[in-house]
Amino acid sequence: MTASGDQSGTLKGFPNPPAMVRGEQSSPAPHAIPRPYTLVAELTYRCPLACGYCSNPLDLARHADELDTDAWRRVFADAAALGALQANLTGGEPLVRPDLTDLVAAAHAQQLYVNLITSGIPADRARLAELAGAGLNSVQLSVQDVDAHGAAWIAGRDDLDSKLQVADAARALGLPLTLNVVIHRGNIARVPEFVALAERIGAERLELANTQYLGWALANREALLPARADIERARAIAAAAADRLRGKIEILFVRPDYYADRPRACMDGWARRYIVVTPDGVVLPCHQAGGIVGLTFENVRARPLAAIWNDSPALRAYRGDAWMPAPCRTCDERHTDFGGCRCQAFALLGDAGATDPACALSPRHELVREARARAEQPAAAPPPIRLRRMRSSA
Amino acid sequence: MIPPGARVRLAPKARLQNDRLSGKAFLLYPERGLELSESAARIVAACVVEKPVAAIVDELTAASGEPRERIESEVLSFLDALDDRGLLVVT
Repeated sequence: MTASGDQSGTLKGFPNPPAMVRGEQSSPAPHAIPRPYTLVAELTYRCPLACGYCSNPLDLARHADELDTDAWRRVFADAAALGALQANLTGGEPLVRPDLTDLVAAAHAQQLYVNLITSGIPADRARLAELAGAGLNSVQLSVQDVDAHGAAWIAGRDDLDSKLQVADAARALGLPLTLNVVIHRGNIARVPEFVALAERIGAERLELANTQYLGWALANREALLPARADIERARAIAAAAADRLRGKIEILFVRPDYYADRPRACMDGWARRYIVVTPDGVVLPCHQAGGIVGLTFENVRARPLAAIWNDSPALRAYRGDAWMPAPCRTCDERHTDFGGCRCQAFALLGDAGATDPACALSPRHELVREARARAEQPAAAPPPIRLRRMRSSA
Repeated sequence: MIPPGARVRLAPKARLQNDRLSGKAFLLYPERGLELSESAARIVAACVVEKPVAAIVDELTAASGEPRERIESEVLSFLDALDDRGLLVVT
């Protein structure tokens, strides 16, 4: 998984089961084609917000030729046939698609559990009711900040009031609600307020997802990366809230990989549990992989999804462990973290096949250490941020 | 801990589904899922409609022919695991 945000993959997946419940097979045979559990359908890159940590690619405008309703219908059917059980309808902002109700119905018809990953803008109660009627199973609503200036700084606008109305509407319709907040230097002090907001709106789950520094977020890293003490403070607050609210609100705090000793298990492994389809039909292992130079990702307009999943060279490139360099190759944790994030290795080292520099065992870990050291310097004022705009993509 | 006298039902967000590839039961909920063992699937199926925990234990004891105490302890520990994940409504 790549950048942070509504789609923060580290939060998702099919977790280790409790007693009596058997989980997914953990170590498939080296050459077996894994089964995808989740389709991430990026329905559009259009979005009214301009978040400076967006996980969409920097060259947004190149992906403007969106798949139509029928093409997405085929994608849902093909993903379900491959084994997907969940469909995350995301973007951009999926609500800008006028055919969203049809798309929800199409995913639902394939027995996919349909999650809408949304900023809530533009939505109203009638639209949500229509989506619920079409088979929508859950809503993940993003809130950028509870402070109006903070929201405007990171997203270019403040929509908290509208978002609260969307949350109310979702709860009134009986739709399970997840509140997602991407955490960064500008809002990390307000974790207690985010917990209070989750309680107030009746969210069943709160994702406090630290920004992952790729794409737009990497471009804004100096402005976004918090200092270590702030991370630890926020983590303690989140842990205490999770204990207090256990069984009522599930609270997840995902530590930024810049402050972990080992890399995150990005997307639970390359092309292993998640299929991402971009608005223009490109099949990726994660939101960011399209930016890796040297890999050619295929398009559902040219070839069926199953054929791409099973034998596209780009999806096979980092499956399993045969590709791993030292020190991953002999690491005891290679089947836990899968060598970390390929996109991060590419972004920081220019080599997607290298050990993720977030790992303390990476020979290039100093790149992350240096960024951390810079984050310890206090800023006199909020630094300027490059907002995500379609036009910025030239 | 869920008391044996409680009534339970599956939370609205949780959906029990047979997997079309393996035929096995999955419990799906927002962005996650659990593959259920046969005994877990029987417990979940018994919770689709609200009922007392004792009724679930009776039902599964009758179906399995195993000692009631053993089934009760299995059911309660599994229901606790579901409840920790917010997948049960307990009254």
